[in-house]
Amino acid sequence: MTGSAQAAREAARRHFVGRDRWHWAEALPWAAAVGAFVVFPDYMALGTQIVIAIIFALSLDLILGYAGIVTLGHAAYFGAGAYAAGMLSAHLGWHEPITGLLFAGFVTGLLGLASGLILLRYHGLTLIMLTLAVAIMLQEWANVQERWTGGFDGLLGITIEPLFGLFEYDLWGHTYYWYSLAVLFPCFLVARRIVHSPFGLSLVGIRENTRRMHAVGTPVFARLVAVYTISAAMAGIGGGLFAQSNAFVTLDVLSFSRSGAILIILILGGTGRLYGAFIGAVAYMLLEDELAKIDPVLWEFGVGLALVLAVMFFRNGVLGAAERLARAVGIVRS
Amino acid sequence: MTALLEIDGLQKHFGALQVTRDVNLSLEEGARHALIGPNGAGKTTLINLVTGFLAPSAGRIRLAGEDITALGQAERVKRGIARTFQINQLFLGLSVLDNVALAVAERTGSAWSLLRSPRSSATVADEALDYLDRLSLTADALIPVRELPYGRQRLVEIAIALALEPRVLLLDEPAAGVPSTESHIILDAVASLPADMAILIIEHDMDVVFQFARRITVLVGGAVLVEGPPDAIAADPQVRAVYLGEGDHG
Amino acid sequence: MQQALAAAVSIVFDGFAYAMLLFMISVGLSVTMGLMGFANLAHGAFAMVGGYVTVTLMNAAGVPFLLALVLAFFIVAVASVPFERVLYRPLYKAGELDQVLLSIGLVFMAIGAVTYVYGPQPPGIAIPGFLKGQVDLGFKSFPTYRVFVIAMGLATVLSLWYGLERTIVGARIRAAVDNRRMAQSVGIDVDRLFMLTFALGSGLAAFGGGLAVEILGLSPRFAFLYLVQFLIVVAVGGLGSVRGAFVAAVILGVVDTAGKYTWPEGGAFFIYAVTVAVLLVRPAGLFGRA
Repeated sequence: MTGSAQAAREAARRHFVGRDRWHWAEALPWAAAVGAFVVFPDYMALGTQIVIAIIFALSLDLILGYAGIVTLGHAAYFGAGAYAAGMLSAHLGWHEPITGLLFAGFVTGLLGLASGLILLRYHGLTLIMLTLAVAIMLQEWANVQERWTGGFDGLLGITIEPLFGLFEYDLWGHTYYWYSLAVLFPCFLVARRIVHSPFGLSLVGIRENTRRMHAVGTPVFARLVAVYTISAAMAGIGGGLFAQSNAFVTLDVLSFSRSGAILIILILGGTGRLYGAFIGAVAYMLLEDELAKIDPVLWEFGVGLALVLAVMFFRNGVLGAAERLARAVGIVRS
Repeated sequence: MTALLEIDGLQKHFGALQVTRDVNLSLEEGARHALIGPNGAGKTTLINLVTGFLAPSAGRIRLAGEDITALGQAERVKRGIARTFQINQLFLGLSVLDNVALAVAERTGSAWSLLRSPRSSATVADEALDYLDRLSLTADALIPVRELPYGRQRLVEIAIALALEPRVLLLDEPAAGVPSTESHIILDAVASLPADMAILIIEHDMDVVFQFARRITVLVGGAVLVEGPPDAIAADPQVRAVYLGEGDHG
Repeated sequence: MQQALAAAVSIVFDGFAYAMLLFMISVGLSVTMGLMGFANLAHGAFAMVGGYVTVTLMNAAGVPFLLALVLAFFIVAVASVPFERVLYRPLYKAGELDQVLLSIGLVFMAIGAVTYVYGPQPPGIAIPGFLKGQVDLGFKSFPTYRVFVIAMGLATVLSLWYGLERTIVGARIRAAVDNRRMAQSVGIDVDRLFMLTFALGSGLAAFGGGLAVEILGLSPRFAFLYLVQFLIVVAVGGLGSVRGAFVAAVILGVVDTAGKYTWPEGGAFFIYAVTVAVLLVRPAGLFGRA
């Protein structure tokens, strides 16, 4: 092999193997999370909800951004996790937070597996409609099961023990903020590991060219069910955190609005990039907190406009635009 | 010589339209078999049937004696059948290396690996790079496939199929769409394939066919018109009339 | 027994009236989705605007109800064309996700715009006297307005049937829905056809929206509240099928009404269950092509 070919091979090999190496910029979101606590200690309740949204958005990115599964009903798993964690405390009298989350993740993982085995046989508009209808069905069913879910009035009576028996919950939501971050971190690590693994690459392959993947020997259906299950479990953990941090769960956790909102968050932040979930959740929820209070109509109009612009001009959201800019300016190699 | 791939009385119809009529074909180890015929004769359909993309209306397909007719595409790939597509089916947004690495990972089973150890990804990378080297694609390893000229994309198409280490390789017009100045690269690649690999190639270029093939099957209207060694086919009056004799394009 | 029968007749009647509204609003969406393959979740916005135009014409300009409906049809039909050209056309080749996102964005914008102009409160509508009260159909009396709605719905489906089956334009539309590339290659101007179909569908949605004000109410959130219902009619009926939209609307209208009547807390469950059941077995809808 010629010298230049050898050099090219080495470079390619290094790039491929080193793809999941940590980049210094990846510390920024966490630094920002810590910084937010220092600078805005009074907003930690909002901060917790943002962290929860990031977990939810990450779970959606795995299936939508990477595997290309379009769903309008992902809130089904978020809500199921919320009710699971809530009912565990309110009805079964188990108040330990971490096992509560694990329980929520386990239950929704099973739900994701069962529904995935059925739904993922369908594609395109059919799948979109099925996911939408199934989520609404779950919401209606939860409404009917008033004894368990509290129905329209919501699930009350959720009490959570102090974490490890040590960390009391304070009025300003500080403990919950750190607790949520501590839950986000392993979820993020798992998501990051998955997308950088051969499994993650195969998901991208399925998204980019399903036909080719079949012809390469990929058990496409099994692969999709696997990632869907993982995603559902992660969404369920986010939902469980929601129940614990709010000590209150309403039917809204299962709603189409919630599915739509998290979809919008991910799109605006940028799909298939993991960090899009961070950016999208932070931007959307901060803006919503500010603008929706002032003028909810204008807020909704603005979100609509942002979506239209995103689809027409800014594919891949904020992160995608930032990437293009960085490439154009020469910061990042193609 | 025992047959590696046997196609036995294969039929396919879509409603009233019969696209494959009672086709028999067999490939032995190391076969160099060309499938020719006018457009619409059902050549690609035959490949689709063999790979499992389409299910036959009747007939059987056997690989090394095992009846694979009821198996799905992925299972057939695992047993050693790979194909290239007439029009590139690549992962355009991914790099050349990623395209081939996907196939390698699938074959070695590491595609189910959710965790990623540097050692396993190095193995996948090395294997994939070997295939790139064989097809002189190393220099383009990190370039997104969509940025490559079509001829080089066609090479990636072949590299992916090779990375599956098939026993039977089905090439659907490998030089199609490639400018004639570059087509020798494709053909050299085909010529350098392992001697024990059974290869079926659909081709329109008669020079290539006669250079490459040791046996030729002529498919017309979904049915086998005639089959035999190249000189017998060239001399066959039926073939001349239907195919070779029509016009001066070959 | 007598009471149960009377109740059943009421349910079917109300359900059918609701179904006619669903049909009139959704049929345009079904045909345009079948024709251009564009998932347009904003279609309900045309119905909503139609409702507001109708109400405005009546309240501000004193236009009689029936004339206002007809005018709403034409106004929205014409106004929808620039939307199609500027916003939708570039996305025909894009994936479902992009189309869904674009149209959701448009729904939000429409809601915002309408709220800005009209405020969030539902506007009142005063239907003309001859449509109020009850009409005696022999064996039972029914609310006149609902009878009117049903009549309008049936007239619509018959006109559409006639238009599609008996006119050249209709034949062209059917051809293009069936196989767009083939239709183009025999010289049918599919782009113009689509513009026409889109306008017709939007106008019809506006007409249905105007009719719906009295029964379903009108508010800026209408487009969002009923979004899922319209999508369900289209998905269950099958894209591009007028017959499918009609049958799906009837099934869903009656099931929804029956469900809500017999089980007020959870009645809405049934239409979604029916939707899932149909799509699992026939993913392309009852009359769609796989």
